[in-house]
Amino acid sequence: MLREPALLASEARDGEAQPAWSERRPGGPKRTSGDGAWAAPSPQLTFYFLPNSRPVTIPESAASSVTESIAMRIEPSDSRRGFLAKVAAVACGGIATLAPVAAGVWAFLDPLRRKGAAAAFLPVTDLAAIPDDGVPRQFAVIADRVDAWTGFPREPIGAVYLRRDKGSREVEALTATCPHAGCFIELEGTRCFRCPCHNSTFTLDGGIVQPSPSPRPMDALECRVGENGEVAVKWENFRTGIAAKEASI
Amino acid sequence: MSQPSDGRGGPLRRLADFLDDRTGWRGLVHEALYERVPGGARWRYVWGSTLVFAFMTQVITGLFLWASYSASAQTAWESVWYIQHEMSGGWLLRGIHHFMAQAMVVLLALHLLQVVIDGAYKAPREVNFWLGLVLMMLVLGMALTGYLLPWDQKGYWATRVATNLAGIVPVIGPSLQKLVVGGPDYGHQTLTRFFALHAGFLPATLVLFLVVHLALFRKHGLHARQPITRPDGMFWPDQLLKDVVAMLAVMAVVLGVILVPAARTMLAGGEVDWGHAGAELGAPADPSQPYAAARPEWYFLFLFQFLKVFEGWGATGEFLGAILVPGLIMGVMFLMPILGNWKLGHRFNVAFTLGIMAGVAVLTGLALDEDYYSLWADKAKVAEAAKLFDETGGDEAKLLAAVGGDQAKAAAIAGQFHTVEKIRRSEAFLAAVKTARADAARAAELAGRPERIPPGGALELVRRDPLSQGPRLFAQHCASCHAHVDPAAPEAATILAKSSAANLHAFGTAAWMKGLLDPDQVAGPAYFGNTAHKDGDMVSFVQNDLQDADSWKPADIEAVIAAMAAEAGHGDPQAPAATVARGRELVASDERCGSCHRFRDNGTDLGTACDLTGWGGREWLVGIIADPTHERFYGDTNDRMPSFGKAAEGSVPRLTNEQIGLIADWLRGEW
Repeated sequence: MLREPALLASEARDGEAQPAWSERRPGGPKRTSGDGAWAAPSPQLTFYFLPNSRPVTIPESAASSVTESIAMRIEPSDSRRGFLAKVAAVACGGIATLAPVAAGVWAFLDPLRRKGAAAAFLPVTDLAAIPDDGVPRQFAVIADRVDAWTGFPREPIGAVYLRRDKGSREVEALTATCPHAGCFIELEGTRCFRCPCHNSTFTLDGGIVQPSPSPRPMDALECRVGENGEVAVKWENFRTGIAAKEASI
Repeated sequence: MSQPSDGRGGPLRRLADFLDDRTGWRGLVHEALYERVPGGARWRYVWGSTLVFAFMTQVITGLFLWASYSASAQTAWESVWYIQHEMSGGWLLRGIHHFMAQAMVVLLALHLLQVVIDGAYKAPREVNFWLGLVLMMLVLGMALTGYLLPWDQKGYWATRVATNLAGIVPVIGPSLQKLVVGGPDYGHQTLTRFFALHAGFLPATLVLFLVVHLALFRKHGLHARQPITRPDGMFWPDQLLKDVVAMLAVMAVVLGVILVPAARTMLAGGEVDWGHAGAELGAPADPSQPYAAARPEWYFLFLFQFLKVFEGWGATGEFLGAILVPGLIMGVMFLMPILGNWKLGHRFNVAFTLGIMAGVAVLTGLALDEDYYSLWADKAKVAEAAKLFDETGGDEAKLLAAVGGDQAKAAAIAGQFHTVEKIRRSEAFLAAVKTARADAARAAELAGRPERIPPGGALELVRRDPLSQGPRLFAQHCASCHAHVDPAAPEAATILAKSSAANLHAFGTAAWMKGLLDPDQVAGPAYFGNTAHKDGDMVSFVQNDLQDADSWKPADIEAVIAAMAAEAGHGDPQAPAATVARGRELVASDERCGSCHRFRDNGTDLGTACDLTGWGGREWLVGIIADPTHERFYGDTNDRMPSFGKAAEGSVPRLTNEQIGLIADWLRGEW
């Protein structure tokens, strides 16, 4: 417990009990016996004026005048007033410090209320650019992008693999983002997909090749082919590392 | 003295005991809290603590600002705009940081004053006093470097001045300037360096000095106000309560400055735009735009004003005002503890400090008086002098003639010219501040559009903005001849009288065309009155042919006006299609306008008069500004208008196509 010297000093004046702030010593700072009894003709008093301060040792005969003067010098504080002052000090200090901390935390949490762009169909290429040989080709997804304060008009924002079978107008789209940890999956020749980070391997149609660190197959994206052969992909990001294909928030 | 940990008590108590046993924290807390306050707690001792509190506030808010700030010439203003206008609570965070910095300067002055008056700088506390002075300079350094970081016009120009002043330090000046600026010019490196100084070097140094300052303060104990009449008190809770109340008051003032204007708007029933609450953010820094509202932050205004004392002294004056005199003052302050040993030393120190503070107050007052003079000047009293000043341009001989040779009156009037000039300068400053505010608001508005700021930065956005650039380009290139004033405005007559070409206000609208076809106006100053076309065919046509009610019925004229306004894209959407069609027919007809003017496919040869196809539209305006001597426009009959978009082989045209487009868009009210 933290104790106030002021209180200790006023206790001292009672002189009855041995107060906690002083020790009666038999002429020196060392105890002579283990049972705590003092045995010396010229007792001395050691004062701890402040908790943790260096002790001051004086002859007991001078003690009363010293305690008198301590009591005079240090304002005897009424304990209830002291308590109220402490509460008020802590409260005021808390409120004053709260303002900058609260403002900071408020602004710091701002990203939580921001959402990514909603999934939308973005034109990627046209049918003629996707050879109908069943082998995926990589295409950039171009869109307007806003990064905090900067707006980037028509910028590559990601990549997709598109493939179609012989003679088909159906296009399959796979996102290049690995479902395991989000690395960029590469096409290994015309045989398979491989993620360079942890070697997750996928078949050309995105199927998982076991054993694999990836919890799920490559993420397929909705794909539309327009009348004039324009290919649009519904661009979405998915959460990585989980078995379910869930849109990331 | 720690209580023994005897293993008893609740788990919290036991944890505290455990930690105390290992760390001795109770002792540390005791040492921190149980400091004797000789003579009892007093309000006059709170300043040091409030400064520590202000610094802590700056550290906290600064770190959070850092989390969103980006120091580069293309992102500094932009990220600050984002913090201020887009992030939740960003305005509050920035507001606290901005105004607490100003509060800190005030608290510094109060702390210094208290220390000097109480003689707390005397032995054995000399070193601590010196440390305090170093801390003061560090805080001022942080204020100076922080001012630049938003990279707005205000901070940019103030910093240019400050760094140029650093450049006049003898011998090392130019190198010093280059080091601070990060090269020969202001840009990315200036920002990264200032940011490193502001958020790294200076605060780290400040913390070091502060730790020693506080340690020495504890070593010597509090310097009590003499004589001691009351019993001693304890730091905890007596003095600390006073300290935190003062801290709370400081914070309340800072929050008040931020919130009171918003609260007043709310009470008046208005909607608060929180993006504009708290600290101001000027328009993005633009080295190509004059910024007449440039002033240092208010606490450096005295230095700004002090420099004016040495006006006309050249570099010597600046060296004296910005470096030598402030350096000498700091030198005297550093010597105070030594001067204090002299019999009258303390009195000298107090008088010196008070004198300096009074000087600072007077200089700040003078600076404010010069800038805001027109707000409180008695303008009625110098009205006559103001009028004569405008007429004579301050020339004494002309003045004497103007007052009819009355020597005494001329002298009296001339005596007031100084006041008139002061009012004029103040008015110019206030106008510049107003423009700066409008530019700032416009820049924030542009940045807030859904397409956001282009990767090249907000300056690109501002430079592409007809609303803010149009008037500037017009003033610079067009206004020497053309007026741009609402004819209904009270000052219109004066402005039009001075103009020497058509008034382009609302050009392309029905109202403008109506004036052109008005026989009373066509030869007036708003149209051809002050041009070579004053006696031209068009004036003659409007004043004669158009007045023949048999061939030109009022409805016909109305139709032509409607058709021309529609041509410019300013047509009244409510106008009956038949009227507009009738108007077009009349304009095209080779018996009417078409006899001189080409209009669409009416077959009239170019060269006699302007092509009215697309008249007043963007393409037409860009064309005529670029080259009025083109046969589509005035051809050989062009009066004095330069071809702004044309240049001789190998030279650069006066205006780029983009700038011409900005003027055209602004004239057309498209932004």
